[in-house]
Amino acid sequence: MERREFLKIVTTGPFLIGLTAKSASPKQNPLKSVTRDGKSRVAVARDPDVWRGKRLNEKRVGELLDKAMVAAFGVARPEEAWEGLFSRGETVGIKVNCLAGRHMSTSQELVWAIVERLKKVGVSARRIIVWDRLNKDLEKAGYKLRFYGPGVRVYGNDHAGYYPRLFVAGEVGSLVSNVAVKECDALIDVPILKDHGIVGVTIALKNYFGAIHNPNKYHNDIGDPYVADANLIPPLRNKTRLIICDAFLAQCDGGPPFMPQWAWKYNGLLVSTDPVALDTVGWKIIEDRRKEVGLPSLKEAGREPTYIATAADAAHRLGQHDWSRIETVEI
Amino acid sequence: MKPKMDWSRREFLGGSCAMCALAAMPAVPSSLWLSPPRRVKGLHLVEARHYEKLQNRKIRCKLCPRECVIDDQERGYCGVRENRGGTYYTLVHSRPVTYHVDPIEKKPLFHFLPGTVAFSIATVGCNVECKFCQNWQISQVRPEQVEAFDMPPDMVAEYAKQSGSPTIAYTYTEPVIFQEYVYDCAVAGKKKGVRSVMISNGFIQKDPMDELCTVLDAVKIDLKAFTERFYKELVAGELKPVLDTLKLLVKRGMWTEIVYLMIPTKNDSKSEIREMCKWIVGELGPDVPVHFTRFYPQYRLRNLPPTPVSTLRAAREIALEEGIHFAYVGNVPGDPGENTYCPNCHTVLIRRVGFEILENNLVNGRCPKCHTEIPGVWS
Repeated sequence: MERREFLKIVTTGPFLIGLTAKSASPKQNPLKSVTRDGKSRVAVARDPDVWRGKRLNEKRVGELLDKAMVAAFGVARPEEAWEGLFSRGETVGIKVNCLAGRHMSTSQELVWAIVERLKKVGVSARRIIVWDRLNKDLEKAGYKLRFYGPGVRVYGNDHAGYYPRLFVAGEVGSLVSNVAVKECDALIDVPILKDHGIVGVTIALKNYFGAIHNPNKYHNDIGDPYVADANLIPPLRNKTRLIICDAFLAQCDGGPPFMPQWAWKYNGLLVSTDPVALDTVGWKIIEDRRKEVGLPSLKEAGREPTYIATAADAAHRLGQHDWSRIETVEI
Repeated sequence: MKPKMDWSRREFLGGSCAMCALAAMPAVPSSLWLSPPRRVKGLHLVEARHYEKLQNRKIRCKLCPRECVIDDQERGYCGVRENRGGTYYTLVHSRPVTYHVDPIEKKPLFHFLPGTVAFSIATVGCNVECKFCQNWQISQVRPEQVEAFDMPPDMVAEYAKQSGSPTIAYTYTEPVIFQEYVYDCAVAGKKKGVRSVMISNGFIQKDPMDELCTVLDAVKIDLKAFTERFYKELVAGELKPVLDTLKLLVKRGMWTEIVYLMIPTKNDSKSEIREMCKWIVGELGPDVPVHFTRFYPQYRLRNLPPTPVSTLRAAREIALEEGIHFAYVGNVPGDPGENTYCPNCHTVLIRRVGFEILENNLVNGRCPKCHTEIPGVWS
């Protein structure tokens, strides 16, 4: 090695390592959950025995996840789906939703099932980051924070910080979590299925409000177009490879805080790569439940989540909202 | 101990302008300075004063016209007030993120103790989102995202006194969102003979503004445009509540000045300026000073050029034609429109360059030539 080359490596190497933990070769053309005729596929997998009392049955959660992956991607084995989505050496961020505390947050059983499957395709534990808005949100939901070490990292944006460039997308201008911008090659959006008192529902699209520094600015006008705009922010749009909605316990009114009187065991998972299609399906599940328990529709309640349709329009093209372009596979 | 020159992001980004401002600061005897305040992280909760409790642990904020209805564990639009179990808290009381000694002309307040300095503080947060915000790094963030100082009201008052500032200024971000802190600091200041001024967007409800009127000495309002459309599209706010605040301030006898940032093609039409000036003369009277200030591309509005100086001068002419007695050109150091002229005989009363006073010819608040009384707070 020439002296010049050596000096270049020793001077830039540490800088690059410090700047990003990203892989040198992110996965090319990751799998999409689409049908042969181009429809977005959403798998809805349910298991009435997924609960063991008040806790989730870890084994059945894993099995349900496998079934949902097979259905969403039309593959023979779940491993094929994971291998088609992620590569060895990549850093993967798992964005959970823990705002409402222990009872109404992305369940750890699901997160650890996802982690195990990532590890099987060669993603090392130290390259998996479970993240949300704040450390305290994760802690309240029962997650143990882990900033360093060989295992899976678990932390909030208050630990990771925000990338110091303003991302402007439509009406949104925000700083974005370093986890999404710098640290990860790929993101898995793992929301919950829940009513939201201002924007109607919070599922996949809305979960990324936890990735920006100023979500409080974007709840006006039932979040339309802000929720859709936030999902246009390049690191979020380009890195999201998979959405797994935790609908084991869902909530049809009173959100975002946990309201036990409006929560019900849906016992399911929604899986897709299309956040708009998944939100469209999730919204219908919430509407059906509202009708069942005698609540007015979200439109009648003055908070129809129109941002979901906006996310599908020509200015956004984030996915499919038209039911004729969505294939729901129920298991 | 050497004075702490703690640069905020604004000053840092402001570059040479901020340097000029600091250069204009009077020397402060270093021995008078207190120890620097402690830097702190984490949230500091003080119950908010203007809200109502609703069902299911929800609350309705009654501080600004938005009236955010906030669920448990959520925050309002401003990002600095949080509902915890049905009790609403401000997270920024006693937690400024920046403090400086600025010329009062920088606020700008031209008819309030000219040539003096103001001990200036700000917390994070704002109740609007101007696409042209100069301080978005502190106004558009949440408390946990920026390190703050532990500075209770008594300490603010003491700092102001020790730094030779006759005034505390609540500025840089939006004091409406730290209303309780403003009030408590103003009360603490009064006990030490230090006055208080608020530099605000005026987007506040009547009751909290009324409360502040009992302790403040002057208010500068940023009137960002004279159309609701501008407020909706570029501010995420409303015009009418701001106009209501201006009327309230004048009715309460508060010394009030207005700043109008002129943004090319957005709020700089002659008809809009004329309409606004007519409203000011009719509703507030001719003695409320109006500053037409120069826009520079900032934040999310970087595709527009700085305001031509000719536009600012034309706006000033319109204001004078409509009967406003004190119209100024701002952010154009050395422009004759920075000076204060007697509305009766046009004698130069105060000659300024930037934030510096070159001459102050007022005699007991009157024109030295024709003895016309000049409105303002001069001593």
